[in-house]
Amino acid sequence: MSTMARFAKYTSLVLASIVVLVPLVVVLFAAFKTHAEYHTTGPLTPPRNWLNVGNFVTAWNDGHMLRGFWNTTVILVVSLTGTVAVGTLAAYAISRFVFPFKRLVLGLFLVAALVPGVTTQVATYQIVKSMGLVNTPWSAIVLFMGTDIVSIYIFIQFMQSIPRSLDQAAMLDGANRFTVYRRIVLPLMKPAIATVVIIKGIAVYNEFYIPFLYMRSPDLTVISTALFRFKGPYGAQWETIAACTMIVILPTVVVFLLLQRFIYNGITAGATK
Amino acid sequence: MIGRLRRSPWPYLAPALVLLITFTYVPVGNMVVYSFHKWDGLDPVMDSVGLDNYVRVFTDERYWRVFLISLYYFVASFAQIAIALYFAVVLSFRVRFRNLFKGILFFPYLLNGVAVGFVFLYLFQPDGTLDSVLRLIGLGEHSKLWLGDPDVANISLAGTSIWRFTGLNFVLFLGAIQSIPGEIYEAAEIDGATRWHQFRHIIAPGIRRILSLSFILAISGSLSVFEIPFIMTGGANDTRTFVVQAYETAFQFRQIGLASAMAVVLLLVVLALTWIQRRLLPDDEVTLS
Repeated sequence: MSTMARFAKYTSLVLASIVVLVPLVVVLFAAFKTHAEYHTTGPLTPPRNWLNVGNFVTAWNDGHMLRGFWNTTVILVVSLTGTVAVGTLAAYAISRFVFPFKRLVLGLFLVAALVPGVTTQVATYQIVKSMGLVNTPWSAIVLFMGTDIVSIYIFIQFMQSIPRSLDQAAMLDGANRFTVYRRIVLPLMKPAIATVVIIKGIAVYNEFYIPFLYMRSPDLTVISTALFRFKGPYGAQWETIAACTMIVILPTVVVFLLLQRFIYNGITAGATK
Repeated sequence: MIGRLRRSPWPYLAPALVLLITFTYVPVGNMVVYSFHKWDGLDPVMDSVGLDNYVRVFTDERYWRVFLISLYYFVASFAQIAIALYFAVVLSFRVRFRNLFKGILFFPYLLNGVAVGFVFLYLFQPDGTLDSVLRLIGLGEHSKLWLGDPDVANISLAGTSIWRFTGLNFVLFLGAIQSIPGEIYEAAEIDGATRWHQFRHIIAPGIRRILSLSFILAISGSLSVFEIPFIMTGGANDTRTFVVQAYETAFQFRQIGLASAMAVVLLLVVLALTWIQRRLLPDDEVTLS
């Protein structure tokens, strides 16, 4: 390749990296500045003292971030466990049983995948309300479990690669269908479960609309809504908002650095189905 | 009894089907019913109004205008696909620090939407990051009220959307390109094919499916934009999108019927587009069993 082309290639890559990183880095700068320093220095100036964690303390306490993280974690764990249980059971039935109306059931899952969740919220809200789940964590949990068709696809697809002869061997040994699911299929499904947990976990951690709509009570803030609350009263205190933004981003950075490979694979597997 | 239970698939399917029907099909059905009524969501009585809600969606400027706002995001999604495609091609060949660049370009997609909203609110502030950078490179006079000026605000928001979602397209394209067997490139190179030839005759056909899927997602995505304008401008300065408007109509002004009519229109548009895509590109991979 010519030197010119190579130069253009690296310039474009570096430029794109700057565009991605600068907006984030300046917020990191702001998070470490004192109130006075914030007002006297430009956004591109690094903070004088990188150990000034006062803003983080204020953000953590005033934003009730501990509660936000706790609620997010509870919702994550319960809805991911639910998604995996419900999804693998359904996928097991679809890929291992012959039964009437199978095409109809498949059709129901397929068509549902075409309905963007955000369009039906007006009506979904009335249903969740009539079940008495508004302002409980269950509203988010049932919605995260119930609206997820992608994971069922991933499970079905993966389950088809598990040889049926394994099922049959176990059944000859006297295992019933549920034992086959529990003892044979489920353990072999680990890679698919990991994929679903990763892509669904990212989606749940970042979800804003559902908790914002269904969990108005301050006790039920998740990290998205906790951060959003800063918008009003802290409008003028950007250094606190910046610190809180960084608190929310930090777990994502850590998870990304640890699980990079799996995240790429998960996203590719999840989005093309 | 136990014997039958053991052989029936329904106990395994029941939880998924109950959730699917309760939270997808029943709401869609209810929504259609609501859309022909005037209802505040609380009153036990709904007044039937026939097609009034639909007439309003199509004739009142407040409601149809939001479709025009989608155009900003629609145009942006083309830029997004182009940028993602360029970097996916560049990074599928040998490049120094390949994984680092890959990680940086993908990372924004993983970030929390509210956090992205705040990062870009900070960026677009008067005297904020963008203005400072412009001054630094000698373009200071181009500073604008990035979010305050109705002529510019939607462009700023669409730019934020590009920043946030390019990484997703990028990783999908990268995955598709890497699934093309490497020998094909080697053979092409021996035959003297340039990079452009390789792109035109090997890569482009190889990722056609994911490319066309991205365009369809771009259309439905730009119709259902919510978080970025809601968090950053709250819909002020002519940045109200379809979903922001529907949210306000339903949950602030409690006009459930009208909001349902809007949602039905949006749903029909999305379904029609998906149907067109299926016709243009019959997808044989979606047969599940």
